[in-house]
Amino acid sequence: MSDELSTIHVSEAIRQVMVDHARDCYPEEACGLLAGQPDGRLAKAYPLTNIAHSPANYVIDPAEHFRTLRHARSQGWELVGVFHSHTHSPAYPSPTDVALAPEPDWLYVLVGMERMDTLSVRGFRIRDNQITETALSFEAALSFESHPQEERRL
Amino acid sequence: MTHTIRLPTILRVHAGGDASVTARGATVGEIFADLGKRYSGLARQLLDPDGSVPVFVNVFLNDEDIRYLQGLNTPCSQPSEITILPSVAGG
Repeated sequence: MSDELSTIHVSEAIRQVMVDHARDCYPEEACGLLAGQPDGRLAKAYPLTNIAHSPANYVIDPAEHFRTLRHARSQGWELVGVFHSHTHSPAYPSPTDVALAPEPDWLYVLVGMERMDTLSVRGFRIRDNQITETALSFEAALSFESHPQEERRL
Repeated sequence: MTHTIRLPTILRVHAGGDASVTARGATVGEIFADLGKRYSGLARQLLDPDGSVPVFVNVFLNDEDIRYLQGLNTPCSQPSEITILPSVAGG
C-alpha cells in the first residue's frame, strides 16, 4: 500500500549520495541517516559506516550516529530516517528491518541492488510491524538544496 | 547534581512525551536509578534485568560513549547531558 498523501521529495543530490554509498560499500550493505528540515523536507543524506560489514545486515556505527545527530541539530534539522542497501534482494523491508525498526516516525529508504545498472530506491514507514510504502519523488534541482555533498562523512 | 537526559522518539512515550528529562546522581548508573523512580517504564528500556545497558541502547555522556568510559560507573561530576540513542540496524 502506498501512502500517497505523504510523498517525500528527494533531491537528486540526496538520491545520488545513497546510490553512490550503496555502490561504494558493495558487496556489504551500505547504511546512513537522513536529516529533515523543520518543514518536513529532506535536507541531507549522511553515508555512515556499517560496523556489521555484512552483505546481509547493517548496524550504523553508534559514534557516527551521535555525531550525525549533533551535526543535524547544529543545522536546525532533525534525523528523520535511515537508508540502507539490499545487495541481493529487492528494495523492500526485510523481516529483520521490521523487527529492528528503531523509530516509528522515521522514513526507511531501501536501495535495491538486484540490477547494478538500475538501482531502485523506495521509501517506507514501519509502524507496529506494519510496512507502508511512502512515495518518493526525485527532483533534479530544488531551491532548498544548498548542501549537496559538502561532507561525505562525518 | 541535576543532569539532562535526551531521549529518542521511541522512548518518549515512557516520559510523558518529553524529548528530555532530568535526573540526579553522581554516576550514570545513579542517574538511571533516579530516572527509574519517576519513569519506571523508561528505566526498563535502559537497563536489562541484570542491571546492564542493553546492547541495542547507546548511551553518550556529553560527547563520549559510556562503553569506552566506565559504563554505568562513569562519574558525572558536572551537570551533564546524557543522550540515549537506539541502535540503528537491520538486514
